[in-house]
Amino acid sequence: MAATQVLRSEWTKIRSVASTLWTLSLAAVVTVVLGVLISLLSKNEFDDMSAKDRLSFDPTFISFAGMSLGQLAMIVFGVLVVSNEYSTGMIRTSLSAVPQRGTFLFSKMAVATGLAFLVGIVTSFVAFFLGQAMLGSHRASISDPGVLRAVIGGGLYMTLIAVFSMGVATMLRSPMLSLGILMPFFFLISAILGNVSATKKIGQFLPDQAGNRIMQVVTPVDDDVPYGPWGGLGIMALWVVLAVASGYVLLKRRDA
Amino acid sequence: MIELEGLTKRYGEKMAVNHLTFAVRPGIVTGFLGPNGAGKSTTMRMMLGLDRPTAGDVRIDGQHYDRLKDPLKYIGALLDAKAMHGGRSAFNHLRCLAESNGIPRSRVHEVLDTVGLTSVARKKAKGFSLGMGQRLGIAGALLGDPRILMFDEPVNGLDPEGIHWIRNLMKSLATQGRTVFVSSHLMSEMALTADHLVVIGQGRLLADTSMAGFIRENSRSYVRIRSPQRELLLDVLHRAGVTVVETGSGTLEVDGHRPEDIGELAAQHRIVLHELSPQQASLEEAFMQLTAESVEYHAHADTPLGTVPPPPAGERRGPQWGTDWKKG
Repeated sequence: MAATQVLRSEWTKIRSVASTLWTLSLAAVVTVVLGVLISLLSKNEFDDMSAKDRLSFDPTFISFAGMSLGQLAMIVFGVLVVSNEYSTGMIRTSLSAVPQRGTFLFSKMAVATGLAFLVGIVTSFVAFFLGQAMLGSHRASISDPGVLRAVIGGGLYMTLIAVFSMGVATMLRSPMLSLGILMPFFFLISAILGNVSATKKIGQFLPDQAGNRIMQVVTPVDDDVPYGPWGGLGIMALWVVLAVASGYVLLKRRDA
Repeated sequence: MIELEGLTKRYGEKMAVNHLTFAVRPGIVTGFLGPNGAGKSTTMRMMLGLDRPTAGDVRIDGQHYDRLKDPLKYIGALLDAKAMHGGRSAFNHLRCLAESNGIPRSRVHEVLDTVGLTSVARKKAKGFSLGMGQRLGIAGALLGDPRILMFDEPVNGLDPEGIHWIRNLMKSLATQGRTVFVSSHLMSEMALTADHLVVIGQGRLLADTSMAGFIRENSRSYVRIRSPQRELLLDVLHRAGVTVVETGSGTLEVDGHRPEDIGELAAQHRIVLHELSPQQASLEEAFMQLTAESVEYHAHADTPLGTVPPPPAGERRGPQWGTDWKKG
């Protein structure tokens, strides 16, 4: 069983279902459009801001504001890529054709990750440049220190969100269950835990809270986060590794 | 050639497959028969490495399934008709499978043609009828031109034309020297296609025999009698020591006697007969009898399988037939 054969097969699989196109284009469009709108609003409000808020004003990060919603489409993409196999019964056909479950899972993830990265990085650059265009005189330049890192980081962040979702979906198998846990978690629970002072210490180690640090260029005033941008992305990557490894172990052990 | 060696699958307390040992040989159609819930599908999933056996072993041409390089070239399987993504076209479904096993794309067109789906190859599978889905599944099984083919309940839900097509396909595959293993819960279906029979009940092997041998060993012959002087006839037969079974419809059945003897006995007593006919129990009945015994076997675990007496004739058509059959 050559891995290249399985990669090619998974590439055909991912291209031949409509959900791939829908979820990925939704992720890109929502992230960019929302980022543009929020950038526009922020520019208009800049003059009314307090001195402290102006010091923390991070034009790069603001242009990525749409990602909080766009990532949900990325989650759907990651979940469907894996759980489609289970919800349709295709998994039994797939594993009959490729009985080496590690080869099967990692080929599928490699293809989906590559695609998510491509869409993520393009989305991130487009969101940045359009967002900056809206910010007018408050804009950041791609050549400013830390900005290129943040823009590439935005693409990496979206990719990791997708891979994390793939890992969780491999564990849970059911698309409904996976989405029912991941969507509220990333949209609500994580944000609540990260903003309530009692849980802030825990919240900042959650995958999205830690990961989106990479997109910040200006460190907020009175910031007490114990890790830097790459440290944060590293924490997120650890979550991803944990999810994927658990998914792999379960897939390896379970009856299909 | 598929070889099972003490294959066992346990789900908690329930033994789904219990120490199955048999071999499926090339060149013939081997029927895999058992009531619903007997463990047929579980066995087939273990053969394909989808389910892990609790104990025992399955080998495909001497190898474990997950050791096969490009397994679709060794063994093609139809497990259930809808084991595919409905949003994918028939062509793309087969293309994914072909690519994963290094099978050329021209072969996809060939098998689509074989199963008669060329005209709908670009249509999404979710719009397919059960019969079309079944054909697409069979196309997937044929894709790698494998020496071994396995079909789980292939005629389920098919129209007569589809059933006829599948029967002929299986026979021709076996004639080409391939190993064909097909499961069913219908004895009548097996009688038309299978050369060899493996029967299981409650996960246990009940028979591993040629079709002809199975018919010989398991079918019951009896004489059916109708008479307007029923009471008198019963009396005469009773005095002659002939055991009679009265069926609900007013006919009598006699086991173990030739119709000639019964006729002469009736003539001696000037009894009018309206019917005197030798009967052969259907294969379906023979199969039910065999699987009914598997239930009895559980009740008397110390009795060897072969010596368990058949249930009393009068009960053979009782309502308990089939009541143990689980849907699944």
